[in-house]
Amino acid sequence: MSLRSPLGKVLGAGAAKEGAHHWWAQRISAVGLVLLAPWFLLSLIALGDLSYVNVHDWVASPVHTVLLSLLVLALTYHAFLGLQVVIEDYVANKGIRLLVLLVIKFTLLVLGVLGVISVLRIAFMGNH
Amino acid sequence: MAQHERPLSPFLHYRWQYTNTLSILHRLSGVFMSLGIALFVYWLSAIASGQAAYDESLACFSSPLTKIALFGWLQAFFYHFLNGLRHLGWDLGYGFEKSVARKTGTVVFITAVVLTALTWWCITSQITASVSGGVL
Repeated sequence: MSLRSPLGKVLGAGAAKEGAHHWWAQRISAVGLVLLAPWFLLSLIALGDLSYVNVHDWVASPVHTVLLSLLVLALTYHAFLGLQVVIEDYVANKGIRLLVLLVIKFTLLVLGVLGVISVLRIAFMGNH
Repeated sequence: MAQHERPLSPFLHYRWQYTNTLSILHRLSGVFMSLGIALFVYWLSAIASGQAAYDESLACFSSPLTKIALFGWLQAFFYHFLNGLRHLGWDLGYGFEKSVARKTGTVVFITAVVLTALTWWCITSQITASVSGGVL
């Protein structure tokens, strides 16, 4: 017999010790990427000339700065959530699993911050 | 607590169907693309670092090896993207019927190959043009 209330069961959601947050986060970031990723590829193709001045000016335009920053964030977040599921499924040893997850999380964090700072620097440092 | 030799999922042996392969490819392409994030961020940081660093990155992107890798990443992207839409449809309750799921699987695979070829051709020719243009 369980002493947990029905609400507690739903909120605590089982052996994973968390609710549906991970599932939702993966889907929401996926929907964001469904919009942002094609935008990025189409913009690159539409840009045509990939010379420094051209690319720099494209990134520095305010709307592009925001969308690119969001793309970097959504990409690293979605990648972490996805890699986490794969690792939790295939790495049985709990110690190694934790270590691998931490290494991946820190690596993606570094890449995410580097990406966003780069985009902001292009936007705020002005002319080439 | 005693450790028993419990069966691991999937402990029932299903007949292998190509939809299984599609499902595993979704994970594989996702893992593979995660590596590409490093290259994407490298490109952004090169633009932020100035003309010299950016020209260096163009040289890197125009090398045959990187072009092949780009092909792999684009293929992984389009597959993961289209199959992801299929997954989002399932999450909303659409397209779960066996025949529909098989059909959308085939459409996803073929569309991904076509879009990859088109995009790769566009982008690599742009990179090549920009490198030779930058030398002037």
